[in-house]
Amino acid sequence: MGNAAKVLQEPVMDRNLFNTWFDERIAEREAAHVPSMTIIATKGTLDMAYPPFILSSTAAALGWDVSVFFTFYGLNLLKKDLNLEISPLGNPAMPMKMPVGPEWLRKMNMNIPNVVMANVPGFEKMASGMIKKTMHDKGVATIEELRSLCLEADVKLVACQMTVDLFTMDQSEFIPEIQDWIGAASFLPTAQQADVSLFI
Amino acid sequence: MNIDTTATLDARGLNCPLPILRTKKALNSLDSGDTLQLISSDPGSVKDIDSFCKQTGNELLENSSESGEYKFVIRKV
Repeated sequence: MGNAAKVLQEPVMDRNLFNTWFDERIAEREAAHVPSMTIIATKGTLDMAYPPFILSSTAAALGWDVSVFFTFYGLNLLKKDLNLEISPLGNPAMPMKMPVGPEWLRKMNMNIPNVVMANVPGFEKMASGMIKKTMHDKGVATIEELRSLCLEADVKLVACQMTVDLFTMDQSEFIPEIQDWIGAASFLPTAQQADVSLFI
Repeated sequence: MNIDTTATLDARGLNCPLPILRTKKALNSLDSGDTLQLISSDPGSVKDIDSFCKQTGNELLENSSESGEYKFVIRKV
């Protein structure tokens, strides 16, 4: 009995001292850790071009390491000539509002039937032009501007090689700042190490 | 409260995330301990600048609003 009680005794150790030491080591590690984010950008329309560039430029401003993998339609966002458009067709969540005119008209959401949007020639061009004007008036950055801010802040832009082959594109159509042309197997290990990983 | 600041950044008329990005850029050109005054018209910048300072370790000395304009004073870490 006496022996068993002895075995269960804790080793002699100052717990408070150990806890303080341990907390300090953890705090040191956390302070030295640079947060990182990876994004997979898969959409190439004007509206869906914003989230990856806004998030990556902001994360870079916060001092994070950021890497964005552009694949499928997302590759459009890396073209030298950005000619991004939106399509309100089949997109009922998109507000259709006038960027000009009196206040009451600007506030009005116009429910334009799909059949009209689908049949009026140049409807998407017009809608894209209108939203670009709205964005400019409200001080929202252009995609070109956000992209160059990302590059300035060392956001790593990588592109999917398979997509280029699939859509019969050429690497010369894209900005030279693309850091690498890779596939899923090369991107995933980076994503695995990231604190934040998003699919857009 | 009026503080003599090293530099001023006018981000009025700019929308998210431009005020943050311009602030970061402006801070880059300053020395440690320098102060930056930022004026913004983006209501979202109130919480975003606070969060930016917390994350980057820069000190937010002042945060006030007046007739739709937001004023911040940041001391570079």
